[in-house]
Amino acid sequence: MNKKEHYKTFVYPTAFHSRTSKLNQMQESHRWKDYLVADVYEDVALEYFAMRNSTGVFDLCPMTKHKITGPDALEFLNRMLTRDVSKLKPGRVSYCVWCDDEGQVIDDGTVFHMRPGEYLLCSQERQLDWLSISSLGFEVTITEPTHELAALAVQGPTSCAVLRKMGLNDIQNLKPFGIAWFDFQGSELMVSRTGFTGDLGYEVWIEAPRAEALWDALFAAGKEHGIRPIGTHALEMTRIEAGFIQAGVDFLPADEAVRPGRTRSPFELGLSWLVDFKKPNFTGRNALLEEKEKGSRYNFARLDIAGNKPAKDAFIYNSKKQVVGTVTSAMWSPTAKANIALASLHAPWGKPGDELYAEIYYQRELKWSRVMARATVVEGAFFDPERKKVTPALDF
Amino acid sequence: MKYDAIVIGAGHNGLANAAFLAKAGMKVLVLERNPYIGGAAVSRELHKGWIYSNCSYVCSLLRPEIYRNLNLAKHGLQVVPYGGGATFLSDGDILGNYVDHDVQRREIARHNKRDADAYHRFSRDVTRQCRFIRDFLLRTPPDPTSFRPRDISELMFMMKKFLNLGEKTMYETIRFYSMSVAEYLDEYFESDTIKAHFSGSGIIGTALGVYSPGTAYVLLHHYMGDIDGSAGAWGFARGGMGAVSKALAGAFQEHGGEIRTSAGVEQIIVRNGKATGVALENGDEIYADVVVSNLDPKRTFLKLFDEKDLDPRVAEKARNFKIRGSSGKLNIALDGVPEWPALGDNNPLRFGDMHFVDSLERLERAYDDWKNGMWSRDPYVDLLIPTLTDPTMAPPGKHFMSVFVQYVPPKVKGKDWTDEDRDAFGKVVIDQISKHSPNFKDLILHAEVRTPRELEAEVGLTEGNIFQGELTMDQLMFNRPFPGYAQYRGPVKGMYMCGSGTHPGGGVMAAPGANAAREILADMKRTNVVPETELDD
Repeated sequence: MNKKEHYKTFVYPTAFHSRTSKLNQMQESHRWKDYLVADVYEDVALEYFAMRNSTGVFDLCPMTKHKITGPDALEFLNRMLTRDVSKLKPGRVSYCVWCDDEGQVIDDGTVFHMRPGEYLLCSQERQLDWLSISSLGFEVTITEPTHELAALAVQGPTSCAVLRKMGLNDIQNLKPFGIAWFDFQGSELMVSRTGFTGDLGYEVWIEAPRAEALWDALFAAGKEHGIRPIGTHALEMTRIEAGFIQAGVDFLPADEAVRPGRTRSPFELGLSWLVDFKKPNFTGRNALLEEKEKGSRYNFARLDIAGNKPAKDAFIYNSKKQVVGTVTSAMWSPTAKANIALASLHAPWGKPGDELYAEIYYQRELKWSRVMARATVVEGAFFDPERKKVTPALDF
Repeated sequence: MKYDAIVIGAGHNGLANAAFLAKAGMKVLVLERNPYIGGAAVSRELHKGWIYSNCSYVCSLLRPEIYRNLNLAKHGLQVVPYGGGATFLSDGDILGNYVDHDVQRREIARHNKRDADAYHRFSRDVTRQCRFIRDFLLRTPPDPTSFRPRDISELMFMMKKFLNLGEKTMYETIRFYSMSVAEYLDEYFESDTIKAHFSGSGIIGTALGVYSPGTAYVLLHHYMGDIDGSAGAWGFARGGMGAVSKALAGAFQEHGGEIRTSAGVEQIIVRNGKATGVALENGDEIYADVVVSNLDPKRTFLKLFDEKDLDPRVAEKARNFKIRGSSGKLNIALDGVPEWPALGDNNPLRFGDMHFVDSLERLERAYDDWKNGMWSRDPYVDLLIPTLTDPTMAPPGKHFMSVFVQYVPPKVKGKDWTDEDRDAFGKVVIDQISKHSPNFKDLILHAEVRTPRELEAEVGLTEGNIFQGELTMDQLMFNRPFPGYAQYRGPVKGMYMCGSGTHPGGGVMAAPGANAAREILADMKRTNVVPETELDD
């Protein structure tokens, strides 16, 4: 990939390609950054239910990973991220966002405090430019081991049992957002109890040359626990059910915005819990303090919509028939049996309990219809199973 | 015989202007000095079987609104995008500019990992500037000193657009217009190679160096175009750039327009302070209510006018107008495809533009030569082989190579160019290309070498300046060509300007011609037929 001849390969295989390509019955893939990943292997519904019923395995390799080390690593991250990283103990992971100096979200991601002073920042978008700009004055080393570090999301109620069967002793005692290290055939395997599904699940990390062996061991162990590879379509369903936002879908990364006013602050994405004003300084602090005082322009809302027509790309109206926002993600939830959506609404709309309307266009046998469906703002995830948090983790 | 309007010069702007006037029902005559039309948007067969884009050679800025309104497709125009480009480095490597976003990112990352992510920020900021400028291209600049309702409303439009940029970008915009391209790129990139590659667009056609203030805007001038919404993309006009002029002429003639070639204009006739027609070089006089000049401001006011007919301040402004020769061109007929070992097999970049100067210092040194009255010994070239894309310009398997060269002085050490000078300049360029293509020299069947001398003599552009005047802030918007005359109206009644010397400047845009037509139609109390800019959110 770093060779001059890289142009001969427009789209690269991930470290798991030899395995995933054989299972990709539908041959439906898309490009995620430099890599080819499956949209669906066999059937979206089966893959979705693998994650809600047994174990789904998702190839995470293309996710951007940044390694941050050096004496000022903590200080640096604490200045960049809005939450207090000093509370993040070694062996722990935390969800986080970072902002530009106008308090607008550049990206969200997870920060891993691996060994003391050694951090891994995972994000949707590449951040080397911003990390370099932000690191001026800090003694830190920043690398981007995306290609060298292979990763899988192993998600679903039987995921703990699968990993235990694979030989990861005591994995059931790993708490949510915890990290544990194991020996895997002589290589170091990092496991974190994290995921994008809002369910019991893990992410497993290994050096790229050992990826295939890991895949084989995992699928051998999961054979009797309903293991199944899953594509991005099914993962997308679980993340909407979990109420998670996605860069480029539910918000525009601030460093990509060409037009002013298109970006969102953490408050406007329902992430005020990630902003810690007790920290003396972090990028965007002044702007966010001002916003807190003056009020936000937008509210992020999870909507429970009447009827069964998914409200994809719908405009949201108030009872006076004024447009108050748009849906950013929407789907029929097979688990909650609800018509759910994430939306960005103009303040003051979007408070829990607000009764709004979604303008939904849908077609039946090529006949298009429009419905104004009642949309209620709800709190929390649409599906939030207890097993997500229980430690020791359950077998199913 | 009397016409409603005479347009002097059948360049693309003259033809666009004439086409809109004719479309609005005016009886229009276009006069062209050369035996062929096109000005600097011309295709000529100088070597049998080969069509050269002799001057301008790629197309991006041509306003889609004009293309559509004049139905240029019907008149044979098709612009085909070409892919990317490459800078050949002294160490045998390349820096490619791939069309695909991810391939491009990997390519930059190969040279500097951080710069690959910074490219994102660079593209975003240039896009912001493009979006800002684009909305003004098909509008007449307001006169900021006037209190006429139209000027005030145009100023308001401008102000509103400016405010819409947001606070940060407003600051950036003001800085942007006064920066050098090298300093601008310094704010994004670490790698000198990467900066050298992107800075090329900042010096093409201008007598300024990469460190000269104002060159950041020149970069924008090359980025603000698009092909079918693909911002910054460049393409080939099928059949060479003459296809643009040919299509505009077709639209003009469809509306009843008349073109006379080999009909050089000697003088614009002024009676009682009003332009009434033109006197041709052959002594004929032709009369019209409106006389439009497609020529550059210097040529228009210092050669076509009897200076006595002009306010002395106008002649002085014309004399002071910056239109400096800085470019040359080689058009080469090739017996086959040149090899580029550094590109590697089947590299898609072979269809794109190629450059051989890989550092900002080399670029600045190239400019130093120009300042010393010499052509650059290590020039910046923009090399393309249109026939790899366009099957119409050379026999199958044979190729046409277009080599734009920066910098080439208007005079050599203060003296007029000689044929020997021209050949020596051509050799420097050919030698530079040969360093990167072992079989190139053996493939040359014919080469046309054009210095500012040839460009001025054949095309009429003063000093061969491709933009009809430098694209610096003092000569842009309401200062183009000079303050007080930026709304296409000349210094005498009935006389107008429609060339690239007027807003929004050079490049095959056809916007100056269209904007001038809109003003003329307003003065003639005719219904406007010139399209407005399609505004985007």
